[in-house]
Amino acid sequence: MSMLEVQNLEVYYESVWGNYKAVDGASFKTHKNEVFSIAGESGCGKSTLVDGILRLIKPPGHIPSGKVIFEGTNLLKIPEDELRGIRWVKMAYVPQGAMNSLNPIIRVEEQMTDAILDHGSMSKEEARELAGSMLKEVSLPVEVARMYPHELSGGMKQRVIIATAIALKPILIIADEPTTALDVVVQKGILQLLESLKEKYGMTVIVVSHDMAAHAQIADRIAIMYAGKVMEIGSIYDVFEQPLHPYTKGLISAIPAIGKKYVKGIPGLAPSPLNWPQGCRFHPRCPHAMDICSEVEPTMKEVSPERHVACHLYQ
Amino acid sequence: MSQSLVELKNVSKVFRIGGGLGLTSRRTIKAVDSVSFTIPSDKATITALVGESGSGKTTIAKIILGLIEPTSGEVLYKSRRISDWLKKNRMGYLREVQPIFQDPYSVYNPFYRIERELEKVIKKFKLASSKAEKREIMLKALKDIGLRPEDLLGRYPHQLSGGERQRFMLTRILLMKPRLIVADEPVSMIDVSLRSIFLDHLTSFEDKLGISCLYITHDLNVASYVADSILVLCHGTVVEEGPKDAVIGDPLHPYSKLLVSSIAIPDPKRRWKEKTDLTSIESFENLKVGEGCVFSARCPYAREVCKQKAPPLVQIRSERKIACFLYSNFK
Repeated sequence: MSMLEVQNLEVYYESVWGNYKAVDGASFKTHKNEVFSIAGESGCGKSTLVDGILRLIKPPGHIPSGKVIFEGTNLLKIPEDELRGIRWVKMAYVPQGAMNSLNPIIRVEEQMTDAILDHGSMSKEEARELAGSMLKEVSLPVEVARMYPHELSGGMKQRVIIATAIALKPILIIADEPTTALDVVVQKGILQLLESLKEKYGMTVIVVSHDMAAHAQIADRIAIMYAGKVMEIGSIYDVFEQPLHPYTKGLISAIPAIGKKYVKGIPGLAPSPLNWPQGCRFHPRCPHAMDICSEVEPTMKEVSPERHVACHLYQ
Repeated sequence: MSQSLVELKNVSKVFRIGGGLGLTSRRTIKAVDSVSFTIPSDKATITALVGESGSGKTTIAKIILGLIEPTSGEVLYKSRRISDWLKKNRMGYLREVQPIFQDPYSVYNPFYRIERELEKVIKKFKLASSKAEKREIMLKALKDIGLRPEDLLGRYPHQLSGGERQRFMLTRILLMKPRLIVADEPVSMIDVSLRSIFLDHLTSFEDKLGISCLYITHDLNVASYVADSILVLCHGTVVEEGPKDAVIGDPLHPYSKLLVSSIAIPDPKRRWKEKTDLTSIESFENLKVGEGCVFSARCPYAREVCKQKAPPLVQIRSERKIACFLYSNFK
């Protein structure tokens, strides 16, 4: 059974120029106990997709259609209080720029217990104890509990957020750009910490990032997003070794890396969410574009077990 | 000894912070601590200055660009002090040393059309003698960078994407043909699929036009792709210097070793072998730097001497320099 299934999710932002179709028919499934990566460049709708899954979309954003099925329940259809019983308890979220989501004038401990008490049923004392043990879990000294956010470095704040997110032992944790703005050494530590949640607690971890190298290091499976849609899904090894979609191919050969002599960018620019190209959204930049690509939008096909791609080359 | 294009001699920069209204205590922060290095002038090179946040990378860039003055030490461009250049021949210096900044969103004036950026350059440095010639060299430079003039000219900065703006900056560079580019994290805000296009332009400037570059970055993947040589900066001090392949392939300083072993290689078959110990890399005492080696608090090989004095940067093999007591017998 899949833990989280997103079906044709659409998230639009209304504007005077029309709807910004930030997420426009994205679909994927995650399994139990895996690190699932969502990769894509800026503006492809990654973060909006996460907000959509968590139902955090506020006007002018709206969700015209689609389903977010979490353990058999469509999160988009249940009442708000029922959703509150799922958020943090079963499904936690580490937002983008997590280090900026701490309140600067409240001690770390109080912010952690606040979240724990709000969603879990326990006494204040128990919550405080839990917060302390969670800090230990992310290798932070206990003194951090009594500190203010400004006394901590970016990586430490990020770990405080992760500690809070895993406090109630959710089964799913979604981290949006968890390593952006951190130093290389700390990035490695944070990614390994997220990976360890899978092994230690059997959690499913969704990592959303533009950084393909980060995905390559910790992911089990990866979904490649482009222009509001998922273009390709597969195991991390398959996708890196044999990318199918021309965009994925371009993206992988565009990453500068140590020992790599030849790196090639993708010519052209990402299209605008106001006006996605007709047919396949990648066709204006695609080196293999055929006539059909500008007319008919390809659908997601399973080309081999656990390998999905939306491209006319494989239909 | 070959002549140097840029030479930094024991450059330090101290910032004073706090003390406002007597509410906070006054502190000083040594952002750059006796840094010395040379960019050679006999052939064009790309030198990567690599370091973590707070290591003083950007401060060094600003010092070379003449935007801030060092607290002590000398910065020479073509054997003349930069302060001297700026006083006597400011335009000449700016003509030869050009910046590319990190944020392509904040370098343009939003009220003017984008080509004003190029027109100003052409006017200031008298690159064209007539209107027709001005237009001609502008179009040529845009085409050389792979931008379509009809898509860009006449538009405002907000109508362009980050990648387009950053490449438009390259057009400016191409018009001016400086001797040195100081690029501060120029690709961190542009899309992955467009980064390599930008980097390839920098290498082609080096090869075809003989333009050197000081490339400032925290990303060793990018540094290893674009640079000829690498300087590793830790807490304002250069700890290692050498040709790219040597520094990445066989880092000597314990800090460079840590950095290189933390690089995420974009290949799932080459994952990290060992775990990072989060407790050791970010505990509190580690953030304090005393008299000794800047890395001594985090260094697994630290000895007593490392905590007492800072090791000097010494040459240990041809083209390789390192500041670490572990290698002091090599000398």
